[in-house]
Amino acid sequence: MKAAVVVFPGANCDRDLAVALRAAGFDVAMHWWKDAGLPQGLDVVGLPGGFSFGDYLRCGAIAARAPAMDGVRAHAARGGLVLGICNGFQALIEAGLLPGALMRNAGLRFVCRTVGLETAGRSPFTHGVPPTLRLPVAHHDGCFVADDETLARLKGEGRVAFRYAPGENPNGSMDDIAGVLSENRRVLGLMPHPERAADPALGPADGAALFAALAGAGAGAPA
Amino acid sequence: MKARVTVTLKPGVLDPQGAAIAQALGGLGFTGVQGVRQGKLIEIDLAEGDAATARAEVEAMCEKLLANTVIETYAVEIA
Repeated sequence: MKAAVVVFPGANCDRDLAVALRAAGFDVAMHWWKDAGLPQGLDVVGLPGGFSFGDYLRCGAIAARAPAMDGVRAHAARGGLVLGICNGFQALIEAGLLPGALMRNAGLRFVCRTVGLETAGRSPFTHGVPPTLRLPVAHHDGCFVADDETLARLKGEGRVAFRYAPGENPNGSMDDIAGVLSENRRVLGLMPHPERAADPALGPADGAALFAALAGAGAGAPA
Repeated sequence: MKARVTVTLKPGVLDPQGAAIAQALGGLGFTGVQGVRQGKLIEIDLAEGDAATARAEVEAMCEKLLANTVIETYAVEIA
């Protein structure tokens, strides 16, 4: 199973994501943002957390227009799996691969803590993931917003992958949304960081289930 | 030519920064503030000499990068 992690200037979770993917059984290539063509035969592309391009203009806006995103779009169009975490989620939204927008946290503060989540949608990313889990969040711009029509579609089609547990919404996101899926359910963006909670040696490892799900999906995917 | 692009949140989109500014202004004694919306101003120097062409080019920039049209609107001034 092959994965690539796209490395943007200012990303800071790229190596954590690679470690988590390798632990789940993936061969991982680090892919520089200037290179348009991704490696051949990828099962999964990961967009890491961090502060790509200094969060200038809007979080993820410049990363979303980077040459590597042409490859990510092509991979997604082929039905490949794409996982965007935190700043990677922001980039997927800015690239138009996921709907809605991520705005400044309602409380205006950078939020850095572990929050409770509920697994809401069925997808290759959530197969076997427990119905509730706890993952760290660390972001300033994670307030998910969408117009009424988009929100109704996301809910109606079961494309909300994760919700913050009741009373634990850290950023004011509509409907407590923490992660959303693309129409074909093969692109996931989420604000919490599963890769930061994927190794039991470093504390709770609830995030490992998500990478195990990906490994299962990757193993069953056509080459 | 020079272009000034003003990017603002669409009406109805919650603006927590604008709300914080309004609250701070109230705290400073500016009691008449009924609302604040925060946006951003982007100034661009262009080689183009024709105003209509420059405007079209800057509007394309807005659509492609400068504004997130899901939540923001933009206005272009050419001078």
